[in-house]
Amino acid sequence: MTSKTTIPVHLDINGQRHTLELEPRVTLLDALRDRLGLTGTKKGCDHGQCGACTVHVDGERVLACLTLAAQAAGRTITTIEGLAREGELHPVQAAFLEQDAFQCGYCTPGQIMSAVACIREGHAGSDEEIREYMAGNLCRCGAYPHIVAAVRQAALEAAS
Amino acid sequence: MMLELGLNQQPAHTRQGSSIGQPLTRRDGFLKVTGTARYAADNHPPGMLYAVLAVSSIARGRVVSLDIEAAKAHSGVVEVMTPLNRPALAVDPDAKDHPFMFRLDLLQNDGVRYPNQSIAVVIAETLEAATEGAALLSPRYETLPARVGLDGGKSFVPRGVGVGNPAVQEKGDVEAGLESARTRIEAAYETPAQYHNAMEPHAIVAAWDGDQLSIDTPSQGLAMAQGRIAGLFGIAPRNVHIRSPFLGGGFGSKGMISGPQVLGILAARLVGRPVKLVLRREQMYGPVGHRAPARQTLRMGMDGEGRLTALSHHARTTSSTFDDFFEPAADASHTLYASPAIATSHDAVRLDTGTPLFMRAPGEATGSIALESAIDEAAHACGMDPLEFRLRNYAEVEPMTGKPFSSKALRECYEQAAEAFGWASRPLQPRRMRDADGFLTGWGMGTATFPALMFQAEARAVLRADGSGLMETGAQDMGQGAWTAFAQIAADGLGLDIDQVDFRAGSSDLPNAGIAGGSGHTATAGMAIHNAGAAVIARLADLATGNEASPLFGAGNEGVLARGGRLYRRDDESRGESYSEILARAGLAEIEGHGKGAPDPASQETYAKHAHGAVFAEVKVDPDLGQIRVTRLVGAFAAGRVINPRLVRSQYYGGMIWGVSFALHEEAVTDRRSGRIQNANLAEYHVPVNADVPSVEALLVHEDDPHVNALGIKGVGEIGITGTAGAVANAVWHATGVRPRRFPIRIEDLLG
Repeated sequence: MTSKTTIPVHLDINGQRHTLELEPRVTLLDALRDRLGLTGTKKGCDHGQCGACTVHVDGERVLACLTLAAQAAGRTITTIEGLAREGELHPVQAAFLEQDAFQCGYCTPGQIMSAVACIREGHAGSDEEIREYMAGNLCRCGAYPHIVAAVRQAALEAAS
Repeated sequence: MMLELGLNQQPAHTRQGSSIGQPLTRRDGFLKVTGTARYAADNHPPGMLYAVLAVSSIARGRVVSLDIEAAKAHSGVVEVMTPLNRPALAVDPDAKDHPFMFRLDLLQNDGVRYPNQSIAVVIAETLEAATEGAALLSPRYETLPARVGLDGGKSFVPRGVGVGNPAVQEKGDVEAGLESARTRIEAAYETPAQYHNAMEPHAIVAAWDGDQLSIDTPSQGLAMAQGRIAGLFGIAPRNVHIRSPFLGGGFGSKGMISGPQVLGILAARLVGRPVKLVLRREQMYGPVGHRAPARQTLRMGMDGEGRLTALSHHARTTSSTFDDFFEPAADASHTLYASPAIATSHDAVRLDTGTPLFMRAPGEATGSIALESAIDEAAHACGMDPLEFRLRNYAEVEPMTGKPFSSKALRECYEQAAEAFGWASRPLQPRRMRDADGFLTGWGMGTATFPALMFQAEARAVLRADGSGLMETGAQDMGQGAWTAFAQIAADGLGLDIDQVDFRAGSSDLPNAGIAGGSGHTATAGMAIHNAGAAVIARLADLATGNEASPLFGAGNEGVLARGGRLYRRDDESRGESYSEILARAGLAEIEGHGKGAPDPASQETYAKHAHGAVFAEVKVDPDLGQIRVTRLVGAFAAGRVINPRLVRSQYYGGMIWGVSFALHEEAVTDRRSGRIQNANLAEYHVPVNADVPSVEALLVHEDDPHVNALGIKGVGEIGITGTAGAVANAVWHATGVRPRRFPIRIEDLLG
């Protein structure tokens, strides 16, 4: 191993610029959680299988555990902490709360980030479509029926 | 560090009057939807190091060598903990003095007794360095053949199953009953090993300060965890402070402290700095429990009218080679169906696996899928509709004990769910329905049941001079809604609106709330809260009714009631005064009261206490490919008093989805040669995804139970999985004519 093991990485997260000295092997997920204290994004499997670490990079949903921090450099990153504005919940967050679309809450940040993107992608046209396009986010508590209801509600609000 | 949810939160539905029964949104919901709810692994004390486990890749044998030098040479690695340098413990980790305790693998020797057992811990400045260091250990093993499968060892009859239930129980003469029967069935069913797989991996952040230990870790039983850890380290329980405000799911796997959690504490001890240890997903398939596999054989006899003459249920299950937990699967046949003769029995083999453990509806889930499948077979053998058959064998008293039920609205559940589902138009014979796309369509049902258990809990209540209240109990919220439901019970117990109550929970320095398990937490800690509220109100009433200046003077304690922050005379509600006025006159800043929750021994003796339900399922099966989809689920459940229908519905849905998963998805596959689990990850160990889950409906059936406890609470966390798994299996039979004999149901079993 060479003596120089870190590289400077600039990350634009929730409208704020952060400059970190990171080893190239550091994932976006671990950079968020361990270096920046943005612990809302969760680690469920670290293998891209559960969706708990879903964030937005340039507006698209991305699994932060399968993304190196350096890959996200210079791109626009949004995490669960960046959704609410001035203490006002994002409509998807409000819909999750209202519909009881979570139980333990551990998968919830990832579900909500996926739901925001799912609606923006135009994939929330029917319950069936929502189920399909939300299928990458596991919920072991089994909150799925209420997740569908929350996404449906937020999609209708967004359309009106 | 104390988490408080109360005055500063904004419940979406504040209201006057009773809080119990209101569909309030979760009081911790704002934290959970904004990512600010703090789970154990989200903590990061100053100076913290990262620990990563190295785990065995063999099932049985011993570790011959570890390349500790290579690991230590990796930049950032601080220390490697092995049996050679692991700090001493006060007790043998293999000692066990009560059933709610794991025998632990804490690097006590070089032995390996199951795959994914901890064999070393690497501690480093970063997670990346610790992970790489663990990989560099390159363990070498002396390997012995693994004992695998339900026939992998010599069978024996355990001393007890579950928590001390007799392994063999019999009422009446089963053989005579079978002999006299007009119709008989015998059927065997196999169920696989299942892993809890809570979304949150087990995690611990541990920090020592002398002999004071500060811990963030998910726990379904804080007081038990505190006692266990204190015992292992030879320190007083009060020196161990555990915070567990939120569990990212538990399902039983966080009921008892596991080896990896203690290794995190040992690692912090070794390096003298705070340490975080989080299990990797694949490491959860071993040291943190699982639902043991089972092979169940049921025999039933029926008379000419479809009445059971005998019911026999035998279960073969497995445990580890070094510890005892035996899935009480056959006990599911004690409760539901009337029969003059019932026999249940268990035997087991010991395998090279981690020790099995309680997993959502332990015993009931496994037993239910077999019992409900067999009941369906029996109904068909008698030429009867499965609902009619169940009603014909409806248990008016608990079949095994003859005790009356404390309450049982199962008939109403059958009626309401069948009506909502449209069951009446179901053809009796299988393979009679197809949908517009040509898919085989089947309808099946199952009966759900779960005991109404209570444990031991305590709570402390305070009323303050400003008219607000405080309720404290170390309750655990793993998603069932403890933060909300207990605050509702607290508000009513204190006679306050819910936004006037601070509710504190999730910490080991609060009164012992008992365990969040067995679907008994709401009843147990709820009763402690209720009683603590009553105790502090009684003190307040003493102050008022004994003082001539009070409008309540002379009313006596029984003569007053508490509501909306005021005490009133029962006989004249125009006379009352506020809590603030009473405390001000007495010159007190606050008063407190204590309460306990526990089962009532007298009513335990007299009554059988169970929640019940009925679940109806529709499946569609591709006639060419055998692919199965559940398209509709309707359940109706009667579980005593409902504290919060919004949260209870979520619990039923979750349980029902677990039932679908049991029938169609979950299975840990063990390699017969190596004994390793081949699918120890969330891609290949299938749990349902959103697209697997159909339209689900859960009806809440009214049930008053004056005997379970003063609040009439049973429990809702586990019942949904029972009944549902069998309903799906029976719907698959009705669609295809093929009776599922092993679970999860596979395409090849249908195409046979």
